This record gives sequence, C-alpha cells and structure tokens, in this order.
Amino acid sequence: MSQRTVVIASRVGLHARPASLFTQAVAASGASVTIGKPGQPAMDASSILMVMALGVGHGEEVVLASEDETVLDELVALLETDLDAE
Amino acid sequence: MSEQSIVLQGVGVGRGAVWGPVATVRPAPEVPADEPVPADRAAAKEKVLDAFTLVAKGLRAQAQGASATVADVLKATAQMADDPALREQTGQRIDKGEPPMHALTAVVASFAEMFTAAGGYLAERVTDLNSVRDRVVARYQELPEPGVPPLPWPSIIVAPDLSPADTAALDLDKVLGIVIEQGGPTGHTAIIAGQLGLPCVVRATGASQLGDGDIVALDAAHGTVTLDPDDETRAAVETRRAGLAALAEATADGATADGHHIALLANIGTAEDAERLTDAAVEGVGLFRTEVLFLGATTAPTVEDQATVYTRALAALGGRKVVLRTLDAGADKPLAFVTQAGEENPALGVRGFRLVRHAEGLLRTQLEAIARAAKESGGTPWVMAPMIATVEEARQFSAMAREAGIETVGVMVEVPAAALRAKDILAEVDFVSLGTNDLAQYTMATDRLLGSLVDLLDAWQPALLDLVAATAAAGVETGKPVGVCGESAADPVMALLLTGLGVTSLSMSPSAVPAVRFALSQHSLETCRAIGEVARKAPTAAEARAAALTLVDPHVREVLALD
Repeated sequence: MSQRTVVIASRVGLHARPASLFTQAVAASGASVTIGKPGQPAMDASSILMVMALGVGHGEEVVLASEDETVLDELVALLETDLDAE
Repeated sequence: MSEQSIVLQGVGVGRGAVWGPVATVRPAPEVPADEPVPADRAAAKEKVLDAFTLVAKGLRAQAQGASATVADVLKATAQMADDPALREQTGQRIDKGEPPMHALTAVVASFAEMFTAAGGYLAERVTDLNSVRDRVVARYQELPEPGVPPLPWPSIIVAPDLSPADTAALDLDKVLGIVIEQGGPTGHTAIIAGQLGLPCVVRATGASQLGDGDIVALDAAHGTVTLDPDDETRAAVETRRAGLAALAEATADGATADGHHIALLANIGTAEDAERLTDAAVEGVGLFRTEVLFLGATTAPTVEDQATVYTRALAALGGRKVVLRTLDAGADKPLAFVTQAGEENPALGVRGFRLVRHAEGLLRTQLEAIARAAKESGGTPWVMAPMIATVEEARQFSAMAREAGIETVGVMVEVPAAALRAKDILAEVDFVSLGTNDLAQYTMATDRLLGSLVDLLDAWQPALLDLVAATAAAGVETGKPVGVCGESAADPVMALLLTGLGVTSLSMSPSAVPAVRFALSQHSLETCRAIGEVARKAPTAAEARAAALTLVDPHVREVLALD
C-alpha cells in the first residue's frame, strides 16, 4: 500500500464541484483508494458523501492510499489543481 | 367566463397570466412504521440497490433535457444516489436483519446529522440527501418518484408547496406558471417565481384537488386559478401574456401615442442600484436618495467618501440624467449625528432642508462632494433639496448649490405650502419634483407609516390631485420641468393623469417602468388631458380613479389587469 500527502488547492476546499470531480476520477480508475486527514481513519475515496463529510478546507492536507501508484499520482495532480477555477 | 368553471382564489404574485395543463408535484412516500423484516434478505438488498441505480439513472436522464444550472443540480443528486458508502452501509444493515426502508432512512439520517453539524455548504446538501432517500423509497415500493416530475410539455406546476430543491430543479423552459396551496406572497416560492418572471398564485385553496393533465388558467393579477377555462378566458390570458411579453421587450423613451415625451426615470438609493441600471431601459435617475449613505453612520461621511459614491453612480449612468436629493434626514430617518432629541412631532420638525438651520456644514459638504463627482465623472447631476416650504428656503438652497458649482438646481414639492406657491418657488430654481408620498402625508394630516389610515393616503385623494395639478400648471406656465418621484408615478393610470396635467418626468422603481411606458404609448396627450379633467371633477378618491379608468384603452386595461 502506497501513500501520498497532498495539500488541497481548490479555494472552496474539497467540497461541491472539486469533491464531485475527485470522487468520479477515483471511481473511473477502478482502483481501491482511501482518503483521510493525517492521523485520522481513512475513508472510501470514491464516496462523495464520505469525502464531503471529511470537511477538508483549502490549504489543508489529506493522505491518499492505494496499491496503484499510477492512480495515486493522477489523483495527487488533480488535488493540486484548483478544480473550482475551470 | 362560463358559469360551470371552478375558480380557485389565492394570492397572485405579479401581473402575469397563462393557461395550460397541470403537472402535480408528488408527495414523498411514507415508510410504514411496521415495515416487516424480509424473508429473503439477499433479494431485498438486491432490490434496494437496484432502486438506488434506477434513481441515479432517472436523475441523469432528466439532466440531459435540462438547462445547465438545473442539470448540475440533478447530476450532483444522481451522484449521491450512486454513492458507494450510502449503498454499502444500507446493504450491511439489511444483512443484519433491519427492514430495508428503515435501514436506508437510518443511513441517510446519519449522513444528514454529520452534514448538519458541519453547517454551511454541507448542511444545505441535506435537502438533496433527503430527496435521494424519498426517491429510493418510492422506487422500492414501485411508486412514481416524488418531487417535480419530468415535464414532457410546458405545464403549470401545482403543489402543496415547493422546497428550495424543487424550485432549483424546475426546468424553466417547460414551466408555464406555479400554483401552490400553502406559502405566502413573501415566501420562498413567491420570491423565486417573481425573480423568474413566472406567473404564480400562492395560498390557492383547493389546489390539491387539481390533477395531472387538468387544464387551468392562472391569473396572477387577480390571484385566480380557473379549471377548464372557456375560450373567452383563454383568449384574455393570451392577450395579457402577449402584451406583457411585448412590453418587457420595449426600450423606447417614454412618450404618448402622439409622441409627447415623458422621461421615465428610476428611483435609487445606492451606487450599486445605479450600476444595475447601466443596461436598463430608463432615461436616467429621477431620485437618488443620498441618505442611505448617512443612515447607520455615527459620524458624517467625508467629502471624499461621498464623492466616490456619487462618481460611481454618475459614471454608471453614462451621460444620462441623474437627480440627486440632498440629505433627507429626520422624522422616520433619524441620524445619530444631527437629529435633535426631544421633538414631539418629528415629521413636522427639523428634517430635510431644515437641518441647515443648525448643521449647515453637513449640506455644504454634500454639495461639494456632488460638484466634485460631477467633475470626475463628466456628468451633469441635477440636485434638489427635500422639505422646502417657502420661497426663502428655495432661494437659500439655490444660492448654496450654485456657490458649490452645481448647475441645475431644484427643490422637492412635498409640503402643501410649496405646491400652492409653486410658481414663486420655480422663479428661484430650475426644476421641481413632486414627492407624492410626503405630500399626501402633509395634505391629509396622516402619518404615512400608519397602516390603519392608508385610505387617507390614497394618491387619488381629490385634494392631493389639486396640489399636484397646481404644481404641474406652474411648471407649464414657467416652462420649467416638473417631475414626480413618489409611488404614484408607478401606477400606469396615475401616470397618464400626471402626463395630462403637464408633468414632464416620472421616476419610479425600475420594475414599474415597462407597464408605465406601455400605458403612455397607447394614449394620446389629448386623452391624458381628458383623464386629468374627469378625475379632478370627482369628489372622492375612488370616484376619481374610476372616472380615469373609463378613458383608459380597453386593451391596456386587459394587458395590465387594471380594474
């Protein structure tokens, strides 16, 4: 299992449109991915409800974990983008 | 209207009218309290998971035919219905032996609790979560999904009430109007309908008896919903609809049918209001209530602060006319730093221009700020003082304003004394503007804030019409502009009368302009004068308006629902 720590770039945090785009990307990858705040339990990263309930704001850190390195790299790149700006 | 027609009475929002088929909003299905534990748990779980999938699919299909904003709401809700955590937790509870719909309700409730506790954006999503739950419960019970159904053709939405989520999901291309049995004229649904320009009737008693496909005629001006309208009712609705659509499009300057120009202006209170007028079909601003800048302030705003606001307003209007009214404080608009305590009759006390008696600097500062804004924006503001009663006051204000560098100076006529001697006052200034609300208050000796005496403040009171007529006549005689910037300018029938009396501009809230523009365009100046004559002969307010209405073109009465 590999892990990555990412800082959320979207100004609204990981809510609304950014959360929707992120969970859709996880689901589309087919990989099993978890997300959590550092030191807290990890959640299913494909669940929009779980991801929103995490309540991660702009500039906060999250830890992604998965067996699939390539998928992890893609998701990190996604979270490092301001998804609300597009 | 045929005698067989059933007419539901409610409270209308707006002037619109429309007829068409009813689409009822289905209520949320109930989860039976004694829901049994299924014999075959695996099959029940399968059925619930299928229901989730069907709901998500249905929402996505609905999103395809919808406009962009509505589609976003629907797709976001679909994603919730597809949510793996929601499905998994519900499945686990069913595996453990909970009745399926109770399991679903419990899982949704746990998310809802989490979201509510988080507050803000998440708390607002609870409505969407509950909507997913209601839809899945309906699908599981093999019932149609609740909420606004997909509309195969343009329809009139009928519901007990609409939730914010329901209104967000309305496909505006297919919604002709809204009828709700509950709510009120200032409720959520009414406000949204007003903003969207949809004809709407709220508190329509009996609306729950209407069924899908019933044909109804909705008349917001009269607050009625007619079931099975006859040809005559449908034709009347069509006339109003087409007329209102046409007048909303019109952008011409205000003029009578024979081309007599009447400037149509807007009343505003802030620079933001002015900026909203940049693309509006008005010829300028007839009343900029500058006191909004001062209200709530603990010290007087500086020349710089004021000049910034006035410059923004003048710039937003380009070269169009802008009439600024100097500070109108006192009475119902007290100011911390000038209003004197202990006045027993503040409406008759030191207010408006009278403040100059003990706070002259305040007015001088304001005039300086306006003059500076005129230079910076390149605009030519007209400036007027409120609460002028005598020729000396008009003369004093005129001198102060011209000293500050203001070119076009006027005064408000809102005290009967000023109306009666309007000609002498006009000798001192370039224009006057009638403030009919205060003029009514002082003419009728009636506090304008007292709802119980509202009949005495009727703009059609004969004594009030006499004072308006005297002021307008003074303007005609001296060749100087006489505007009206009170509520009465917004009444299309009154607008015709004022035009007939010789008023040269009408200033009102911007939303009232299209109806007044339309009424003017359909009557000649001669008819307007005749309206003035018959109305002024009437001995009471009600008779004055009724007499005026007899001369209003029937088509205009139909379109604007004037009766």
